[in-house]
Amino acid sequence: MGFAHTVGGTRHVFPDLRALLARATPPRSGDALAGLAAASAQERVAAQRALAELPLRHFLSEAVIPYEVDEVTRLILDRHDAAAFAPVAHLTVGGFRDWLLSEAADAAALSALAPGLAPEMVAAVSKIMRLQDLVAVAAKCRVTTRFRNTIGLPGRLSIRLQPNDPVDDPRGVAAAILDGLLLGAGDAVIGVNPATDNVETTLRLLDLLDAVRERYAIPTQTCVLAHVTTTLLAIGRGAPVDLVFQSIGGTEAANRSFGVSLSLLAEAREATLALRRGTVGDNVMYFETGQGSALSAEAHHGVDQQTVEARAYAVAREFAPLLVNSVVGFIGPEYLFDGKQIIRAGLEDHFCGKLLGLPMGVDVCYTNHAEADQDDMDALLTLLGVAGVTYVMGVPGADDVMLAYQSTSFHDGLYVRAALGRRPAPEFEAWMERMGLEAGAREGRLPLAPALAGLA
Amino acid sequence: MSAPARWADLRRFTAARVALGRAGNGLPTAAHLDFQEAHARARDAVWSALDPEALAAALAPLGLPVRHVASEAEDRRTYLLRPDLGRRLRAGDRARLATDPAPGAMAFVVADGLCATGVQAQAPAVLAEAVPLLRRAGVPLGPVVVATQGRVALGDEVGEALGAGMVAVLIGERPGLSATDSLGIYLTLAPRRGRTDAERNCLSNIRPGGMAPRAAAETLAWLVGAARRIGATGIALKDEQPRGVLPPP
Repeated sequence: MGFAHTVGGTRHVFPDLRALLARATPPRSGDALAGLAAASAQERVAAQRALAELPLRHFLSEAVIPYEVDEVTRLILDRHDAAAFAPVAHLTVGGFRDWLLSEAADAAALSALAPGLAPEMVAAVSKIMRLQDLVAVAAKCRVTTRFRNTIGLPGRLSIRLQPNDPVDDPRGVAAAILDGLLLGAGDAVIGVNPATDNVETTLRLLDLLDAVRERYAIPTQTCVLAHVTTTLLAIGRGAPVDLVFQSIGGTEAANRSFGVSLSLLAEAREATLALRRGTVGDNVMYFETGQGSALSAEAHHGVDQQTVEARAYAVAREFAPLLVNSVVGFIGPEYLFDGKQIIRAGLEDHFCGKLLGLPMGVDVCYTNHAEADQDDMDALLTLLGVAGVTYVMGVPGADDVMLAYQSTSFHDGLYVRAALGRRPAPEFEAWMERMGLEAGAREGRLPLAPALAGLA
Repeated sequence: MSAPARWADLRRFTAARVALGRAGNGLPTAAHLDFQEAHARARDAVWSALDPEALAAALAPLGLPVRHVASEAEDRRTYLLRPDLGRRLRAGDRARLATDPAPGAMAFVVADGLCATGVQAQAPAVLAEAVPLLRRAGVPLGPVVVATQGRVALGDEVGEALGAGMVAVLIGERPGLSATDSLGIYLTLAPRRGRTDAERNCLSNIRPGGMAPRAAAETLAWLVGAARRIGATGIALKDEQPRGVLPPP
């Protein structure tokens, strides 16, 4: 089925839903790289107008990737909740935008709607929204998850403490953890990206993180962001695994390029649940995603990168994750060229994830080959804070010395919490008070003994 | 306000930007400007260029043939925006490689990647350690192919053209604020176009202050041996070599 719209006397034709979605997407280098982007600004707006007139129901009858060839499409359609969808089933994409912005779409209505939304519907409506729309609607969503603390409550903003070390040196990791804890980071998770996907290194890091958490009695969770198969091996060897991490994508082929499938993710979740390490809840999965990863693996099936990204959130929600974040600026300028594209993509990803019911965080970040800098990150962080982002990253001085990119710093976390009146997860906040972290910092004391983290 | 003395002690254990102190919730001016300077340095490193002649001279003592190729990305900006072109050999280079094949051998590709300065310095040092280890293990070695404007997957086409049994791509990693000279190595068995990243094993952060050339060479040799044993690279090949206590940074 084709679509068409006339703008400025020219009739623009879009052969199928994939093409319509791609041409309607605000500009980004990845869609140009894939040869999917609109050829002109007017073609883009023609696509946006045609998309606005499309009934939401259409997304249930035309899959962007065929049901027969892709297990993510099958997951999306098989899991679709028609009863939850009913309140918006009569709307077009444009009408859906108006409804989302209206007072009728409050936190309760949006939560109830989430299982009725297909990721392509959410991607579609985001394409005809401005930044302020993406912020305003996301800010109304409520998603709460639990493991050893409670993440996503109103008025809260959590931080993943990311203490990466170039050679997985336990003392380097411990020093970064201590620095982050002293600056209020770590309530989302203390999560290390290992420099090499080595089983022994993963075991050693898991033991270190667990020991530090236990010694300071921190109400949080830890994670080594190794490949899911490495984490499964670690579980088999009795390692203290709180959360199982995996990078995921929005197509079966993209997931294959990551070395995973839906059944492998389910197996990992079962193995982690069986450890029963959560104290206040059992959300045991941590996923990372990012626009462009499917194209990078030549696994995008001609679908634009933002729509594929939203499909990754359908994968994530199947496994009731504690945390999901887009690593928005990590993949590079061939997908998101500059600060403007990164900022828009970050807000799209957060909006789409939240609307689909995910505890959505964003790695507000950029690489040195992108046309972006700290000012762009300040803008995105502040916008995401207003949008109610569940968590952001905390990296010493914004400089990840292992992954060679810039994310948000512990200081950035302090800034955004103070500027917007956000607090850490309640259990973690109470721990900070108990340990006297703020008072200690003011008085020049170190309220956490380094020796307890193996630093002497 | 600077960080308390014991807090500042944390810097002994890491090159990360810990114990920076605070100006309100922000960074003190000096720490802020340190960051800006490092970012400026990294931005310039992205645009650094490989010197293939100097590199060939540095690689000569290995006693392996050195060949030169280029990708289809004609300049740096094209390279940054079009990774697909960086994965393909320039017309003619593929045929030239095929005229002098290395059937079943292990080939090396040394590519600029996202930062040429690190490659220029680290690649000869790593190969000087790795080649003797591999020779001792009886691994047949093919040429060292120096590639400009190259991505990791360029090694697949190079390996395919040579008929190589395995390819190790030594490539410049994207520069970070603390490291503008970091090398990565990607090992792929039976290289051919269309291989995915899940079919490779990766070593990263090879640089002064990161993984030393000797350690990288030993890990590479271990991976090569394991890959030949099990007939696979990538997620089927877990790096399970025993590790001692790591030296201080």
